[in-house]
Amino acid sequence: MIAADLPVIDVAAYEPSLAIDCALAARWLEAFLSDELRERRGIGRAVVGLSGGVDSAVTAFLCARALGPENVWAIRMPYVSSSPASLSDAQLVIDALGCNARTIDISAAVDGYLQYEADADARRRGNVMARTRTLVLFDQSQKLGALPIGTGNKTERLMGYFTWHADDSPPLNPLGDLFKTQVWALARHLGVPEGVVAKAPSADLEANQTDESDLGITYALADRILALLLLGYDDARIALRGYAPRDVALVRARVEGTHWKRHLPTTAMLSNTAINEFYLRPVDY
Amino acid sequence: MSGRIAAFKLAIVQAKPRKGEFEANLAALGEVFAQLAAEPRPYDLIVLPEAALTGYFLEGAVYELALPAEALAERLGDLWRARGGATPVDIVAGFYENADGTYYNAALYLQVEAGGQTIRHVHRKLFLPTYGVFDEERFLSRGRRVDAFDSRFGRMAMLVCEDVWHAIVPTIAALKGARALIVPSASPARGLDGDGELESVRRWEELLRAYAAEHGVFIFYAGLAGFEGGKGMTGSSRIVGPRGETLAAAPALGACVLRAEIDFGEVDVARANLPLLGDLNAVLPDLLFDEALRLGRPQA
Repeated sequence: MIAADLPVIDVAAYEPSLAIDCALAARWLEAFLSDELRERRGIGRAVVGLSGGVDSAVTAFLCARALGPENVWAIRMPYVSSSPASLSDAQLVIDALGCNARTIDISAAVDGYLQYEADADARRRGNVMARTRTLVLFDQSQKLGALPIGTGNKTERLMGYFTWHADDSPPLNPLGDLFKTQVWALARHLGVPEGVVAKAPSADLEANQTDESDLGITYALADRILALLLLGYDDARIALRGYAPRDVALVRARVEGTHWKRHLPTTAMLSNTAINEFYLRPVDY
Repeated sequence: MSGRIAAFKLAIVQAKPRKGEFEANLAALGEVFAQLAAEPRPYDLIVLPEAALTGYFLEGAVYELALPAEALAERLGDLWRARGGATPVDIVAGFYENADGTYYNAALYLQVEAGGQTIRHVHRKLFLPTYGVFDEERFLSRGRRVDAFDSRFGRMAMLVCEDVWHAIVPTIAALKGARALIVPSASPARGLDGDGELESVRRWEELLRAYAAEHGVFIFYAGLAGFEGGKGMTGSSRIVGPRGETLAAAPALGACVLRAEIDFGEVDVARANLPLLGDLNAVLPDLLFDEALRLGRPQA
């Protein structure tokens, strides 16, 4: 018998879930930091550049869980044009954790160089600031017997939205395989102050700058497109799921234009023993 | 099934080796042996994970750390006699094998006694994952056979990690008479959207429970633990009974020992109630002698 009005159940096109089990993620990343720092390197201290944004806040929270807040140094590194809100938001994180904190103004160091480059545009000036902050973090780590911990997330790494060999240079990075929207979820689970989580993300290299206006797309949208793109879906199949072709093309162009930023420098190969081409040893060997 | 119960005492050692430090890892295993030997009732079988004494991701360093099965057997035998004691014990260990200049990801089944040790079987991993994060076949050769073998406790087979992800491999092991599948493994964590469990761990549990229940076999799964260059090995060692029930499971993080008394009579009971393996034996020739499968003899 075939009834006239059978209920019909539609199947939606596959989309990878961006939901994460935050408790599990926190436990896993805490173990990662503890294993890599204490057990493998015998280092019990971490240095985190605290920007006032969510990525560095989550990183500091994870380091505090792994090592204890007394072993975490949060370094604020304002430039003269940095937003005062960045400093006060970072203070919320420091207060919440009870970790060590220091503020090192990078204005004199940055301007010490830029005074000779009066025509440097905003991008160059931003890169100089990012590289100066990296210099400070590595030096402070050396001084404290600590390791600098990276804060870059998967979205910014894929979009190439970082200063090469600056933001991406610390030897350990707990968040690099989490999309920005996943970092937000993890932040709320960890108890990062809501003001830090809820505010518009900004590199704060220029006044009124936001990541999403720089990128031309929201993180929420970019993450969903990236998740499909990474699995190998072509633009037509991504668009079929309701994404605007303009957004898909924007994301793909960012990813495909920045593969080099996710690699070490290109070395001319001249032998059968070229490092990382023939001579292959894992990072922890 | 006779009324005699011949249970044996099993330890799965979820090891967390330091990368490449074979001697230090062997010394740490000596501490574990001493701990196990201190129990009043001695252990009969100790199972270690894949690449248990070197770590899993070695790249080109595999050629520095691989060793002949006989050499590993001697080191493990000596270690047990030095730290474990005089009682005989069987040991399974995953290791990188140097077989006269051909290199394998292998598992060794060793019978250790007071006067020496005997290799009961060496299984060379058939399926070398070479995709995504994995790069095994760049460095290693494939094994070509899956065999069951007789131990003091009954017939068993060893399968290494991805071997188990192809349903036909545990099936063949069961058809060859294995009552337990011993699975040394090294599985890096993937997938956070589970309910309190990593997706990769959940996948393993589903596979192992399904195979155990289908064939009426025990499965002793030994998972490597610890982080290797950001890749977290998921431990999660487990013992699955012949009805597909998880009898014990270790956490994903950290080293530990799973302890169990195993009665192979449970296999007979399970198969009496769900005779799927017998059914398969009966139908298998019809399935395999099917020209559409184009099963020729393998190339030498």
